[in-house]
Amino acid sequence: MIGLNDFMIVSVVLFCIGLFIIVSKKNAIQILIGIELMLNAAILNLVAFGKYDRINNGGQMFALFAIVLAAATTAVALAIILNVYRQYKTIDPDKVNQLKD
Amino acid sequence: MSVVQIMFYIMAFITLGSALVVAMGKNLVRSIFMFFVTLFGLAGLYVLALADFVAVTQIVIYVGGILVLILFAFMLSGKEALATAQQQSTPYITLKNLPAFLLAALFLVVMLNVVFKADVNNLPWVKTAIATKNVVPVNGTINDIGISLMTRYLLPFEVISILLMIALVGAAHLSRKEDAKA
Repeated sequence: MIGLNDFMIVSVVLFCIGLFIIVSKKNAIQILIGIELMLNAAILNLVAFGKYDRINNGGQMFALFAIVLAAATTAVALAIILNVYRQYKTIDPDKVNQLKD
Repeated sequence: MSVVQIMFYIMAFITLGSALVVAMGKNLVRSIFMFFVTLFGLAGLYVLALADFVAVTQIVIYVGGILVLILFAFMLSGKEALATAQQQSTPYITLKNLPAFLLAALFLVVMLNVVFKADVNNLPWVKTAIATKNVVPVNGTINDIGISLMTRYLLPFEVISILLMIALVGAAHLSRKEDAKA
């Protein structure tokens, strides 16, 4: 039988891989992928705990809400990335260092 | 070892392995497609946690929506993005990546410690759920989800629909051409 611990370990490792990607990559799209990995680790935890809540379905419902939120985040973030590319001709976050035009 | 256990280990291996390839790969396109594999592995894990509807939603929204969006953004941002992605140095753990690696590894140690200390399998409500045989899949999971979406979780549902609309309008506004401004 698979316990909650196994799911949590997978999700912790996934979260740390996402953290590594966010800190080490030099490309805004890859950083976005890292953020998505971290979000997915959190959703995996929600689903794993939701296994024991079959009456209210709390875990599954909020996993669905989190997936929808992730979709909205990605749409806005990609629009911002495209604007940054148009402005600076690069999507390296280290080179984007001005707030004004 | 039961079949479920073997499936769990296969899915966990696929998920974590492809996530590691995403982290280590130098080619941006390849890392995007490995992210695709990670999402499929996660959907398999959701099925093993008896959440089939969430698994299908994961595939539809992530693979159908987000991944296509990311590919579009990659293609629209042109050669520069590819050049930046490819000029990263060859060894996996260079001196430049060492702080990131240390941060991730130490955080992993801390979180694993937390997981083992928390001892989630012995939480009271989890024990009650196991004792009352509440873990077996009920006949209509999707039925249950639909009913609780319209009763118990109606307010979060409405709030998230408004937020989704705001985000889409905002994204459309942000990605508009600058000279089209009236």
